[in-house]
Amino acid sequence: MTVKSDIRAEANRLRAAFEARGAETFEPQILQPAGALLNLYGEEIRARAFVTQDPLRGEMMLRPDFTVPLVQAHIDHARAETRYTYAGEIFRRQEDDDTRPTEYMQVGFEIIGHAPSADAEIAADAEVFATIADTLNGLPVTGTIGDFNVLTTAILGLDTPRRRKDALLRHLWRPTRFKALLDRFSRPAPPVPAPADLNIPHVGLRSPVEIETRLALLAEEAETPLLKSVEVDRLMALMAIRSTAPAAVDDIKRIAGGDEDIVDAARGVEALLDALAAKNIDPATLKFEASYGLTALEYYTGFVFGFSAPNLPTVATGGRYDLLTATLSGGRRIPAVGGVIRPDAALALRGAAK
Amino acid sequence: MTIKLGIPSKGRLMADTFDWFSARGVTITRTGTDREYAGRVDGVDGVELVLLAAGEIPRELAAGRIHLGVTGSDVVQEKIARWDTKITPLAPLGFGQADLILAVPKTWTDVRDLNDLDAAADAFRRAHGFRLRIATKYHRLVRAHLKAAGVASYQLVDSQGATEGTVANLTAEAIADITSTGATLDANHLKVIGDVMHASQATLFQSLTAPMSAEDQRLLRGFLAKIGVSPGG
Repeated sequence: MTVKSDIRAEANRLRAAFEARGAETFEPQILQPAGALLNLYGEEIRARAFVTQDPLRGEMMLRPDFTVPLVQAHIDHARAETRYTYAGEIFRRQEDDDTRPTEYMQVGFEIIGHAPSADAEIAADAEVFATIADTLNGLPVTGTIGDFNVLTTAILGLDTPRRRKDALLRHLWRPTRFKALLDRFSRPAPPVPAPADLNIPHVGLRSPVEIETRLALLAEEAETPLLKSVEVDRLMALMAIRSTAPAAVDDIKRIAGGDEDIVDAARGVEALLDALAAKNIDPATLKFEASYGLTALEYYTGFVFGFSAPNLPTVATGGRYDLLTATLSGGRRIPAVGGVIRPDAALALRGAAK
Repeated sequence: MTIKLGIPSKGRLMADTFDWFSARGVTITRTGTDREYAGRVDGVDGVELVLLAAGEIPRELAAGRIHLGVTGSDVVQEKIARWDTKITPLAPLGFGQADLILAVPKTWTDVRDLNDLDAAADAFRRAHGFRLRIATKYHRLVRAHLKAAGVASYQLVDSQGATEGTVANLTAEAIADITSTGATLDANHLKVIGDVMHASQATLFQSLTAPMSAEDQRLLRGFLAKIGVSPGG
């Protein structure tokens, strides 16, 4: 039986290890204003976070993660490149599964605001992964990586107008909608509806101009050539890649079929594997899943990773979240990558290893 | 030892429920003044009447404070997380039918289904700086339905009544509510889009959590046999 004080001691040990690697400690409030979280995650966060009300501050949430308050603090204090760590409880509402905990500890390591170059990105991605791998050293975990850049490159390379690519990119995290969109763009559009009868009163804030604009867009859409099936097949094949990391790079290159942009994305994964090898992590021991984190980790945009063990919650997860920093900063480019460990899971593995 | 039967305490739902039991040889009558929430069950042994607000019956069933209860299947699914582990439906009663639907202004001819709604919601968010608002009191059912369909970029705003009016009042862009004839939607210049999210009707439910002695089990079997309903759980 693991007691809370043991989990807290493990969390403090992990945090100290991150501090020793140059991270400064961040300690946010447990109660966070709901506004930024709602704006970022949308209505779905209400099903996943505990919402409460303060008479003066309005709607508040028990923090569902540390990343959002951390990024806000980084932006508010106009910080330059910084390494951060934190340890504490996060809270998740469970509507469907009462075996899942509603609160658990997380310990994080994050690099926010590094240089915006491709080299700096790979260096930061590798540093976060290796730092977390080192703190889990000796535990029987399997590392899995993914890279959204492979999929977004394939989407941006489709021979179709930008608005369709944007719609696909926006829904990359929602498999049902993503497949529905691919399907819709692959078939002739239904007839364009006529504007409403002028005798019908218009109600509501969405204006007649907005309706006309979208009707015009639907007309344009009906004239747009269908997606090429070879390109859709290629995208689906990329999404399905699950292999050891070095083999996955070969898979991506093979599926790219000479598409230079996708081959470049494969080289990006290769460069990351080289950077990891330089930090004594053997790429052959890692799994690569192109769709890793697609359903759970909505805000990740590039490199993603996780460490797992049988019969335990994922021991550690993380990734690059430049889109989140852009959203919270009003569109600025603030490169950021980080990950969290669940000390309860790490402790359970340590106990089992003894 | 008695079987506790929860029935809505007022209105059409109460009267229709009384009629449904009466047609099966069980007479339920209110006792005392018509303002007193007390009553009697005749024609069967060991069944006690508990008059409750219809909206509270799901909670009482889930908590096991009543053995049986009549309420809409919509409120059960809305109010009780993992309802099917705590409550089981025994029989639809054939009245109180209502469909939970999503409706938008009739002038939105560009929005025909949830695909369109999702695209319109995304454009709305960019144009207005906030997410398209859907007024409803069925938060869980609507959220689950839209999540399954992959619709994003919306927000739910709570509306406990007169929901069809929220669009004209500019407090929401769309609504999700139960409708039986569609007349109120029509009068408020709204049209239904997408599938029915939940087809509700008054239903006799059994609690799976209420403690029952052997005697209670016997009474329950007798009662259900009398009204011609198969036991659940």
